Amino acid sequence: MIEVQDLNKSFGAKQILKGISATFEAGKCNLIIGASGSGKTVLMKSIVGLIPVNSGHIIYNNDTDFLEIEDSGRKELRKQIGMLFQGSALFDSLSVEKNVVFPLNMFTNMTYKEKMNRVNECLERVNLKDANKLYPNELSGGMKKRVGIARAIVMNPKYLFCDEPNSGLDPQTSIVIDKLIKDITDEYKITTIVNTHDMNSVMEIGDYVLFLYKGEKYWEGHRDEIMNATNQQLNDFIFAGKFFREIKEQNTKRLSDEKNK
Amino acid sequence: MTFFNHFGRYVLLLKSLLVRPEKTSIYWKEIARQMVEIGVGSVGIVVIVSCFLGAVVTVQTAYQLTTPLISKSIIGSIAANSIILELAPTVTVLILAGKIGSKIASELGTMRISEQIDALEIMGVHSSAYLVLPKILASTLMIPLLVIISAFLSIYSGMWVGEFTGAVSKEDFMTGAIQYWIPFMANFALIKATTFGFIISSVSSYYGYYTEGGALEVGRSATRAVVVCCVLILLFDYILAQLLL
Repeated sequence: MIEVQDLNKSFGAKQILKGISATFEAGKCNLIIGASGSGKTVLMKSIVGLIPVNSGHIIYNNDTDFLEIEDSGRKELRKQIGMLFQGSALFDSLSVEKNVVFPLNMFTNMTYKEKMNRVNECLERVNLKDANKLYPNELSGGMKKRVGIARAIVMNPKYLFCDEPNSGLDPQTSIVIDKLIKDITDEYKITTIVNTHDMNSVMEIGDYVLFLYKGEKYWEGHRDEIMNATNQQLNDFIFAGKFFREIKEQNTKRLSDEKNK
Repeated sequence: MTFFNHFGRYVLLLKSLLVRPEKTSIYWKEIARQMVEIGVGSVGIVVIVSCFLGAVVTVQTAYQLTTPLISKSIIGSIAANSIILELAPTVTVLILAGKIGSKIASELGTMRISEQIDALEIMGVHSSAYLVLPKILASTLMIPLLVIISAFLSIYSGMWVGEFTGAVSKEDFMTGAIQYWIPFMANFALIKATTFGFIISSVSSYYGYYTEGGALEVGRSATRAVVVCCVLILLFDYILAQLLL
């Protein structure tokens, strides 16, 4: 579990995060949603310590305040974190296999055979069985994301962070990636935080949804509650498109009909 | 950013390299890889530059010493001393600053903007130590070796060009080169090369590591790194000459 308390972050005079508090449950897909510039990425990068915050608390596993521990403690905690970056952030000069084995080489004393078994296990888990020797520039966008996920889970992390996992992907591949994230979360019982503005993802995998608007928390809840949410900013964001607006209207009409009966 | 901002951040970057490596064997491998990339990868350009430097300095010295009162062996002496004191350790390194400096800055800059450095941090790797330290060590070790190669090649090319053009015979050239040889010149050249090797790798790493923005900024970082390296090499060339000669 990760608990964020009263998190504030400013860049110069501009305040990006305004007193954000939220609890991201273990074994669930926690989604941070919001328009571009709402502070999603800053919040995620603050939680993992890539961006220093001005004030607040980030509590991992009920006991460790990430902002109060020393550098060595942070490094230890980070070994329990896996992260999928927006652009996948694969090491260009390394093959798929070497990208995935990198954390194992760095932090474990496993034998070569053990490491390769673990790498192959992770690559099979993300449906990339025969891609070991390929280089990042030979992969499609979806494959890169899957390699990124394989690298993120190779150390059996307790926490998985995904920054816009569907950006630049077609809807079909996006669903594959979403399903993979959801399955991995359920399978390994990890705390997953996904940063997205893809509504399909919200409706498919959002166990807990945190909506940010101009750096503030405007709404939180389960994906099923979104349809009936009354928050104006959330509705403007979620139902911006005609397709989703019509679904919302039909749903509202159906509920009022049911009430009248 | 002011000069003091840059200098302070540069010192902090260097300080951040002094940490215990996560796994020493990985760092050794990375140092070896960088030694190959920086050292072996630069042999070609060093060979070309050195051959022409030696040839040109011999021809030009011979052109200026037309009086029969001065022994021809002086050409060898002037050429060899110029090569060892200045041309091999400074001019060759200025060219290496362009090659190695831009490579290091653009490599680290690209890693920064494509979040590869963030990925290392998230894994728990000390990114600056892992990425920058091997480059500095490799460069500080390999550039003096390249300078030694450059000095030998320049002197030999000068000697052969003198012979072919009839400006000075091989024997006269070598007699002059040996007659006025001062052993400290070699030490001085190596001190300069080591200093310049450190400057090239650390300054280029600094500009690359702190790149912000997109592809355009990577190019800007590489350009800035090369320009600043060249200026610092010339500045330290003067400081070292003043202090040690």
